[in-house]
Amino acid sequence: MSGLLDAVAAVLLLLGALLCLTAGLGLVRFHDVLSRMHAGTKPQVMGVLLILAGAAIRLRGSSVVWMLLLVAVFQLLTAPLAAHLVSRIAYRRRHVRRDLLLVAEIGFEGFGQPLPADAPQGDEPAEAVTDTSAPSGGSSRAREG
Amino acid sequence: MSERIRRLVHELPVLGYLVVVWVLLWGTWSWANLLAGAAVALVVTHALPLPQVEQHARFRPWAVLRLTVVFLGELARSSAEVAWEAVRPGGGRSTALIVVQLRTDSDLLLSLVVEALTLTPGSIVLDLDREDRIIAVHMLPVRNHDDLERRRRGVLQFEDRIVRAFGRADDIAALDRLPDPAGIGRPPDATGGADAIDEQRGGRR
Repeated sequence: MSGLLDAVAAVLLLLGALLCLTAGLGLVRFHDVLSRMHAGTKPQVMGVLLILAGAAIRLRGSSVVWMLLLVAVFQLLTAPLAAHLVSRIAYRRRHVRRDLLLVAEIGFEGFGQPLPADAPQGDEPAEAVTDTSAPSGGSSRAREG
Repeated sequence: MSERIRRLVHELPVLGYLVVVWVLLWGTWSWANLLAGAAVALVVTHALPLPQVEQHARFRPWAVLRLTVVFLGELARSSAEVAWEAVRPGGGRSTALIVVQLRTDSDLLLSLVVEALTLTPGSIVLDLDREDRIIAVHMLPVRNHDDLERRRRGVLQFEDRIVRAFGRADDIAALDRLPDPAGIGRPPDATGGADAIDEQRGGRR
């Protein structure tokens, strides 16, 4: 019985480690901040949860298991918030690959204004643009290529 | 005095949560831990007060259980999807940024929906307009426009599940009221709605 449980724990630990690896790969391979945040939340959180589950099975009966539960809860609570804040700031500073977006129903200036296909990009807060009706003013900052 | 007692009762869920965290951190159950946890919880809530969340939520065990199962399943599925996008050649090149109008109007439920959406169906909530209950969601991977519409409905389904698990009766009633079934989940159309929002934004600036 204990051997079987250890085997289950090993499988969970390996699966979790694999998911964390793909999260790291995603951070390197994805093309803009918004996509990278996907890698930083979903496979990452799932990987940590699997590792915690594996550890809980392996350490069964120990009081440490309760702390693992806390780690899981905090991971679930904090990871989405961090991803949300980072991607929101990145978007307002125009770190986005418009060509990879099938549709973009929100502009840099906020809701109600879709993002045009030739939106200027670069590290500049959207608030810096005062005249939103003349996007050509920012065309010098347009992405090369 | 009664005002202080009412405040204490209002804080009871938070206090209980902090005590549970404290006891779990120590890893063993004892009365000393419980009392110490209660003391720490009182100090934390009074030294670092947070704005009160006014609306109380309900807790429907059966719906919460279903939500948990669906949530874990969706988390596993979207993890696998994103992991595959990260590994496969040429992955991560098709994303979308959509706007969805939610129907619930409670701070607590909205934050739950946003948290859950960021973890589950391939989406990250980018921005939120609290007054109009509109959220901007970044999606990955999105194959085509049909896929996009499916995901748009998925966002609303998820809201549905969460509100049915934690919402009050009037929150659940609001699910059927809004938005109109023809334009389910669509952003306000470019003619009227968008202009109204622009004006609001302009006024606020």
